[in-house]
Amino acid sequence: MRWLLLKDLQILRRSPLQAALLVVYPVLVALLVGFAISRDEEKPRVAFLNEIPSESRIVVGGRELPDVGVDDRICRRVTCVHVEDREEAIEEVRSGDVLAALILPADLVDRLNSLSTLNPQTPRIEVVVNQEDPLKARIVDDRISSLTAQANLAIARRMATEGGRSLDLAVNGGTVEVIGRKIEILGLRGAARLLEMLRPSLPPGEMREAGDRLIRFARAARDNLDVGATLLDRLAQPIVVDKEVVSEPTPPLDLFAIAVAATFTLTFITVLLVAGALALEREENVFPRLARGLVSRSALLAEKIGLGVAVGLVITLLMLIGVQLFIPFDWGRFGLWLVAILAGAGALAAAGAALGAAAREVRAVSLLAFMVTLPIALLSLVPSGTVGGGVYDGIRLVTALFPFKPALQAMTAALDPAGPGIGDPLLHLLILLLAYGAIARLALRRFAAV
Amino acid sequence: MAGTAIGEAALEARKLVKRYGEREALKGVDFAAHAGERLAVIGPNGAGKTTLLSILAGIARPDGGEVHLPNGDVGWVPQQAALYRRLTVEENLLLFARLEGDEDPPASVEKMLDLTGLRERRDETIARLSGGNQQRINIAIGLLSRPVALLLDEPSVGLDPRQRARLWEFVSALAGGGTTVIFSTHDIQEAERYGQRLLVLADGEALFDGTPEELRAAVHSETPEAARSDFETAFVAFLQHRGH
Repeated sequence: MRWLLLKDLQILRRSPLQAALLVVYPVLVALLVGFAISRDEEKPRVAFLNEIPSESRIVVGGRELPDVGVDDRICRRVTCVHVEDREEAIEEVRSGDVLAALILPADLVDRLNSLSTLNPQTPRIEVVVNQEDPLKARIVDDRISSLTAQANLAIARRMATEGGRSLDLAVNGGTVEVIGRKIEILGLRGAARLLEMLRPSLPPGEMREAGDRLIRFARAARDNLDVGATLLDRLAQPIVVDKEVVSEPTPPLDLFAIAVAATFTLTFITVLLVAGALALEREENVFPRLARGLVSRSALLAEKIGLGVAVGLVITLLMLIGVQLFIPFDWGRFGLWLVAILAGAGALAAAGAALGAAAREVRAVSLLAFMVTLPIALLSLVPSGTVGGGVYDGIRLVTALFPFKPALQAMTAALDPAGPGIGDPLLHLLILLLAYGAIARLALRRFAAV
Repeated sequence: MAGTAIGEAALEARKLVKRYGEREALKGVDFAAHAGERLAVIGPNGAGKTTLLSILAGIARPDGGEVHLPNGDVGWVPQQAALYRRLTVEENLLLFARLEGDEDPPASVEKMLDLTGLRERRDETIARLSGGNQQRINIAIGLLSRPVALLLDEPSVGLDPRQRARLWEFVSALAGGGTTVIFSTHDIQEAERYGQRLLVLADGEALFDGTPEELRAAVHSETPEAARSDFETAFVAFLQHRGH
């Protein structure tokens, strides 16, 4: 068997272009996928026009609120393209340079302030959208809805806070500054106390009854308005999200991206190499000669799986060591890396052998390996809840039949100290190794047909 | 090569039967080949030539009958060169010598390089060799196990006349050394020229087993005109007379 392994390595060495492609292509795909899933969500470009005069402030209860930093809040969520006027904003949208324009009109603050007057006006902002890209248009809609909700919430909270202060002043009393002069407010509590003090001095009869009615009113108002501040605060955000995580702890995004990149590399190298090397035995017409007694079919399979595991291990380790230069890993878990890579490579190599034995021709097998591996690998990355329940069950079944997903789970567990255990994916990989080994062995029966 | 004396039966096929589903590819074929003998297996397409050689080589299992090899194993040379095209001549020979369990693989490689006359091209990859030279290496690999009989499945297919002549010179030398050579061919003239004995198969049946002269004599008794023509015409007349 070692002579066949040596021969395969000699052939790889003799085909530097193929060998380079075999290594470079999966690594590139892996890095691209890793980069794609780890980068921040794309921010849509939005033309932004803020016509609100800089000195405008929201006034609640006669008090000016501090500047809430509208520009910063908005431009954190979208890429702002600042424009000078409305026409420029619309032109930017029309030309496609931006997906939408957000215009805060000059009277926005005045209209907000009118909400606490007898003549309230609805505050409005203006959004101009370009719907030529439906996906991005949806992102813009979502972002603007989210921004509006956040702005409404922030204003409601400010108003609730100021309302609460006013209520507190009305209930408990205090001082308030009006046009530079401090005015003392008695408050309902103080008023009730004063009335109770005055009651005995009131003559019985009509005057005392009126005094008692005033005292009862002051007490009831004090007791009921006391909870008003809390109610106002709750009204601003009546529903609070209570998040409970029921799944295994998820790995940090950068570690997951590295695990994905490493598993992609391992998958493509191992599956393509083993499938191609096995198909080559037939394409070169050598298999019947070998199978006459020189090498048993099982030994040939074991040799090809060993080749895939050895090459996959070396390339994946090199890749991980390269990535480690940028994102430090826990080297104390190196043993687990080896176990995860070896188990993953074994199952993937067995799957490659089954493909190679089924297709029997190098070009066909390369195409088949891509057609099977790439979609299943991508399906394995589909998170639950993003597709319908039935579809996800189907995806889960299909991805459980191919070693990519358990290999990814094993790799993630090996890289992430806080992640889930590695035992289940290793057992899964062992089952797939045996199953695909058996399929490959069966397929080799017709491999030597002459 | 095999060390067996000429005249001794090196290989014997007894009542070989092979079925592929309903179709019977071999219908009880009997023959014996002797040490140092060159036996040509001829017949029309689908006659069962490749099936017979595959059974003799141990690649396919017969559904009936047996192959008897009293003095050792057979070497098999498939129709298309069964070689690793990206490896050199020497690397191919060395690999198969090691896989054969040869006690001294480098020495066997040197011997085969001498036998094939390709010593100077030992470092060239197989892909760079001509079809004729590839076939020589193909045959040399079949000889690495030191077989008593060498099976060649249409060895001259795709070779030009010069390469064919060299190939048969090489094969004749092997037989001269005592190796039994059994080859299948479509080329009737080639069978007449290089086969000391002919085994004629048609529809899985062995219709004739004898020398080319005996075949011509048989045709002469049936269709004298054809027997006086070239050997291929005589052979076709022989088949037609038997309903093939």
